[in-house]
Amino acid sequence: MQGFGRFLTYRVVRMLIALWSVVTVVFIVMRLSGDPVPLLLPPDAPIAEMERLRHEMGLDRPILVQYGVFVQQAVRGDFGRSIHFRTSAMQVVWERVPATLELAFASFLCAIVIAIPAGIVSAVRRGSVIDDVVMGVALVGQAAPTFYIGIMLILTCSLWLGLFPTSGRGDWRNLVLPAVTLGAFAMASIARITRSAVLEILRADYIRTARAKGLPEFWTIAKHTMRNAAIPIVTIVGLQLGNLLGGAVVTETIFSWPGIGRLAIQSIYNRDYPIVQSCVFMTAAMFVMVNFLVDVAYGILDPRIRR
Amino acid sequence: MASSIHASGAETAEGVRGTPRRRKVPLFVWAAAGFLLVVVLAAVFAPVISPYDPIRQSLRERLKGPTWFPEEGRQRHLLGTDQLGRDILSRVIHGSRISLVVGFAAVVIGGAIGGLLGLLSGYAGGIVDEIIMLVVDGQLAFPFILLAIGIIAVLGPSFGNLIIIVGLSGWVTYARIVRAQVLTIKEREYVLAIRGLGGSTWRILTRHIVPNTLAPFLVITTLELARTILLESTLSFLGLGIQPPTPSWGGMLSEGRGYLDTAWWISAFPGLILMLTALVVSRVGDWLRDVLDPTLRGL
Repeated sequence: MQGFGRFLTYRVVRMLIALWSVVTVVFIVMRLSGDPVPLLLPPDAPIAEMERLRHEMGLDRPILVQYGVFVQQAVRGDFGRSIHFRTSAMQVVWERVPATLELAFASFLCAIVIAIPAGIVSAVRRGSVIDDVVMGVALVGQAAPTFYIGIMLILTCSLWLGLFPTSGRGDWRNLVLPAVTLGAFAMASIARITRSAVLEILRADYIRTARAKGLPEFWTIAKHTMRNAAIPIVTIVGLQLGNLLGGAVVTETIFSWPGIGRLAIQSIYNRDYPIVQSCVFMTAAMFVMVNFLVDVAYGILDPRIRR
Repeated sequence: MASSIHASGAETAEGVRGTPRRRKVPLFVWAAAGFLLVVVLAAVFAPVISPYDPIRQSLRERLKGPTWFPEEGRQRHLLGTDQLGRDILSRVIHGSRISLVVGFAAVVIGGAIGGLLGLLSGYAGGIVDEIIMLVVDGQLAFPFILLAIGIIAVLGPSFGNLIIIVGLSGWVTYARIVRAQVLTIKEREYVLAIRGLGGSTWRILTRHIVPNTLAPFLVITTLELARTILLESTLSFLGLGIQPPTPSWGGMLSEGRGYLDTAWWISAFPGLILMLTALVVSRVGDWLRDVLDPTLRGL
């Protein structure tokens, strides 16, 4: 267990470094953008007023001091007040988190429930029509941009067939199209990885042994194959979970889903930088957290990783 | 140069259960190459082959369906027109210029930065390696599209910013692959022998290490091209890339969103071409990987 403790400590340190680098990049980018003061005041504001605000925001202090203050505030999750909503930016973002999580979770579930069985069937029935179809769909799913999938789903399933609403958040029917759209890429990748992981293991000696001793095919696959195929699958699942958070920006925009991604884009149009910063930071924090959890799961599944 | 690509390719390919040295180029690769050639030619000769001016508006012709659309009667636009009466086909043809120029420029930027830093990191080792890998891990620590959004939000969308940002999105992949390749090659006997015989670092790098990184580099470049084309169109779709009225595939999809129920072709055709281009490029990349360096699988 001592090895596992060290492994955990190492991962926590890495997570903190990642978060710190996000804060630093946000700070640098913000400073690159120049003076935010003219944005906050009416164009005809007197010079004295601008100087006062600049002093109030700490912009007249040395850059390193500003950086220190910024990091301190970031630790508390304080990125200033939203220009548009007139309240704490982090609070506005925080209110949108459940919608994004709901969408990410649904698409993730959707991806796993469809992709893993599809990948297994594809591997077991290698070279069959099912295999060709699954891999063909997966190939298209990996190449098609998220926004194109989303728009085509709206066109076919909402406008032509009238099965689901085109946008908004509500009951489960609102969730189907955005979840499939966001999950499409992950679904395709997970199906392909599952297939190759299972194929790899089906060639192993112990599978031949299991078959030779007359174990039914179903149990051979369920017990001997899946446990060993789990590690590459968990890896790709972790990677894809991160991509889901990035893809949420596009999906939420298309389906007018009231989450962080759409808020970020709208805030760019509104030039509401505190909100953009909070969104970037919040998503990065979730992403880093997810990667941490995946790493830990990985360490539990395969003791060799811990080192 | 060419012979060394073959040498390193054969070296790795033969390890995989006696894979034959020469393979027949599969049909789909020819088809893919043909499709890409058409897209490239369309981009190069866009002003010559476009039936209409891509930004000329014609309100009388707005939202017309494609010529082959049964209900619409006689039409003059092969793929229809958009909400401002602009010809979709001409806009798709001109849009290919943006996709290809941004895609290639970004790959060049990412490949140059990533290749050099990967070489440095792998060959120099020590503190240099540590620092470069720290930056790599830092960039991989959060979804790049967020960073892109943040940067464009403050710098403002422009063609130059778009190329730089899409370019910077990919350097980490090159850096990691090149570094890994350099690490294995620099310990090979022949490299050690050359060093023992007094060969200069420059000679070792240019004659022995760089040629051996070319095969994986080529594979990554192809796969990256598909990714950069998609990233450009995603940013343009979100309004953070190419600005109207310049036609880009992502931007056209975005403009057509509001007219989906009456004029689906505004969004459907540019998206289809975009998807096919990305699919074809990444399939060629997959094929190159399998032929040149199967160890890159699972990337």
